[in-house]
Amino acid sequence: MAEAIKIKKGLDIKLKGKAGETFKGELKPEAFSVKPSDFHGMTPKMIVKEGDEVKVGSPLFYDKANPELKFVSPCSGIVEEVKRGERRKVLEVRLKSDGKFESVPFDKAAPAQMSAEEVKSKLLNAGFFAFFKQRPYDVVVNPNEQPRDIFISAFDSNPLAPSYDYALRDFAEELQLGVDAISKLTNGKVYITVSTANSSSNFLKIKGAKVEICNITGPHPAGNVGVQIHHIAPINKGDVVWTINPYDVVTIGKAFKKGAIDFSKLVALTGSSVSESALGYYLTYPGAELKNILNLSESNVRVISGNVLTGCSVGMDGFLGALAQQVTVIPEGDKNDEFLGWIMPRMNKFSTSRSYFSWLTDLINSKKEYVADTNVNGGKRAFIMSGEYDKVMPMDILPEFLVKAIMAKDIDKMEQLGIYEVAPEDFALCEYVCTSKIETQKIVREGLDFLRKELA
Amino acid sequence: MKALRNFLDKVKPNFEKDGKLKAFRSLFDGFETFLFVPNTVSKSGVHIHDSIDSKRVMSMVVIALIPALLFGMYNVGYQNYLAAGTLESASFFQIFFYGFLAVLPKIVVSYVVGLGIEFTVAQWKNEEIQEGFLVSGMLIPLIVPIECPIWIIAVATAFAVIFAKEVFGGTGYNIFNVALITRAFLFFSYPTKMSGDQVWVAKESIFGFGNDLANGTVDGYTGATALGQAATGSATLTDAVGSNLSISDMIFGLYPGSIGETSVIAIAIGAIILLVSGIANWRTMISVFVGGAVTAYVFNSIGSADNQVWNLCPCQHILLGGFCFGAVFMATDPVTSPRTNGGKYIFGFLIGFFAIVIRCMNPGYPEGMMLAILLMNVFAPLIDHCFKQRNINRRLNRVK
Repeated sequence: MAEAIKIKKGLDIKLKGKAGETFKGELKPEAFSVKPSDFHGMTPKMIVKEGDEVKVGSPLFYDKANPELKFVSPCSGIVEEVKRGERRKVLEVRLKSDGKFESVPFDKAAPAQMSAEEVKSKLLNAGFFAFFKQRPYDVVVNPNEQPRDIFISAFDSNPLAPSYDYALRDFAEELQLGVDAISKLTNGKVYITVSTANSSSNFLKIKGAKVEICNITGPHPAGNVGVQIHHIAPINKGDVVWTINPYDVVTIGKAFKKGAIDFSKLVALTGSSVSESALGYYLTYPGAELKNILNLSESNVRVISGNVLTGCSVGMDGFLGALAQQVTVIPEGDKNDEFLGWIMPRMNKFSTSRSYFSWLTDLINSKKEYVADTNVNGGKRAFIMSGEYDKVMPMDILPEFLVKAIMAKDIDKMEQLGIYEVAPEDFALCEYVCTSKIETQKIVREGLDFLRKELA
Repeated sequence: MKALRNFLDKVKPNFEKDGKLKAFRSLFDGFETFLFVPNTVSKSGVHIHDSIDSKRVMSMVVIALIPALLFGMYNVGYQNYLAAGTLESASFFQIFFYGFLAVLPKIVVSYVVGLGIEFTVAQWKNEEIQEGFLVSGMLIPLIVPIECPIWIIAVATAFAVIFAKEVFGGTGYNIFNVALITRAFLFFSYPTKMSGDQVWVAKESIFGFGNDLANGTVDGYTGATALGQAATGSATLTDAVGSNLSISDMIFGLYPGSIGETSVIAIAIGAIILLVSGIANWRTMISVFVGGAVTAYVFNSIGSADNQVWNLCPCQHILLGGFCFGAVFMATDPVTSPRTNGGKYIFGFLIGFFAIVIRCMNPGYPEGMMLAILLMNVFAPLIDHCFKQRNINRRLNRVK
């Protein structure tokens, strides 16, 4: 194993509501929803229509630009509704589960012994290509391209993130099969990056000619695959790399092992608004309706599919996102009415700024956890403070200048300042710490989409 | 607080788009967000935000300025009583209160004029009121001589806020430090009110406090600043009544000068607040002092027979005039200094360098700090460009 990558910049936001490593039960709701917006960068074309019967793995829609890129059903049952928005854009496919989770056929096989073409067509047919993301642009992949390398981050460092080692502890064999399969998709390497903190994880046992295990140490965003790519083998102009989450590698491995597609996964329920007894891991499926597990201690809350930095607000009767491994529930901050908050000591507020005293209380009690609500905590301003972003960006990138180049839609500068290496999630901490409350993730997303369109 | 909240909620509709007081919407909004943390929640991107906001940042700077302000008030009174020779018979309260009365109008005028323009522009552009002027408005009274008439402060403040800030787009977009533009405007438009030996000691009694120095009954005080004395060729530096200024006097700050700039102790308290809270960048601050000390040392080593400024030791250069005040409160303005960390070192060093060069090479300007900072404000984007280019080159070299 190569020497550990050490990052110093970054920030671990200590929030209340971490899920303990306990299994809390299954969630098999009747209602499922698959949203094309979970797969950024593609235009959905419907394959099924309302009333059609589907099985686990039946294609629901495909990408207009790459018809072989299919997006499949996570459950068996019927298509209840295809929700469309403006100009008939598909917003969501609602499914009604029959509770049986019957799979379309998928032959058992040992991917290591198969040819690259065979593996690829198997993965494409099962809809597994939807798991991959491509950099640059942080979008769905083009199956006809071959990536330079494939990167897997074996841990999640986001606030309250689930422990992959716990959730995937029983799947060492599936993990190996999954890595065998995706190794066939590239001529380069498959980099798996583990956190130095954990030396006994299943990830360290993965073998393969193309597999390289790396390790990284430091605060969040050490677990962001973008940071790992930057330090292992950075993306230069013209390079294409793919990334995939270990949960999805296991799903691929499971299919090869069992001969059936099974999207079930252990999802962590986290957040300060979830009652203590409900915090933990649930066995459920992508797109599942969350209502039945949300055991809330208060009512004015935000339900997020994903984590507090990059997740998606789904509402009280929302569904789990297609690629999410975590549900976070935090209080809404719309009724605070705090008097003269800008000058008060505010001992219970966490801040990276030392004009708050959380840095002092942390010195005394480094385990103190904070409750954060969704309040923006200030008005939107132009850039005022400098150097804030740099402190949480462990890449050789000037985040503020890159954001400004994007705002100015200056393509040359964006390229020169390294836009190909980043995804919106890499700017989540910048957005969090920003005094001027600038929506950096949104800006980076728009910049990537703009560039992709201009250079297409 | 509940009652106040309810009252605000009751009157709020009047200020909304169709309300009868819609012309004051920005003003209402400004006061509402001043009193209560706004209830906006995140709509895109991260769902939680750090508790820091620009109101907190700006108010920390204002808090950091308060020691210099209070000492400045005391010093104004002290100089007046000292010049009149009645220092022994005056109580601390009399001295301070006289200074308070003399300084207060300047603060009020600076804030009323500056914030008035800010509020108007915010309303006109239909934006939230920005907090930037809270700091500038406090800086302006602290960097002018006590005898500077308030009407010209009003004119200069209006000029600076409009032409150095609003035309560029408001807080965060300005190229020059707004408070320094105010001072530069005063300095070049009304030189007799801003320099010389007539403006540094308050001359009139106010409401029975203080002494009237203008009627000729009091004599034998010199009103020139220490730097002014050196610039006019005096080898020894004295305070207002002619006793020699020692280094400890310079640190303590009871000598004539701009209102907030004399006491190094008060400025140091402000510097500690800014550095501990992380609001001012230590890189810039340290570099200004290093730049100034090195340059002063060079001039001092060369020495000069006819220019006494060259002969000041580095210590005196740094302690006297606006050097400390500029280094702590002006050079560190994040908007007008470079945004790269490396750039901040160069920026700071060159401010220190030019401040001493201007003092030494041009006796017409006894104080070089203002011009040095304004000059470097212009070069801040260029410094950043060089560091940006280095980052770009590193990325290009990777491909080779």
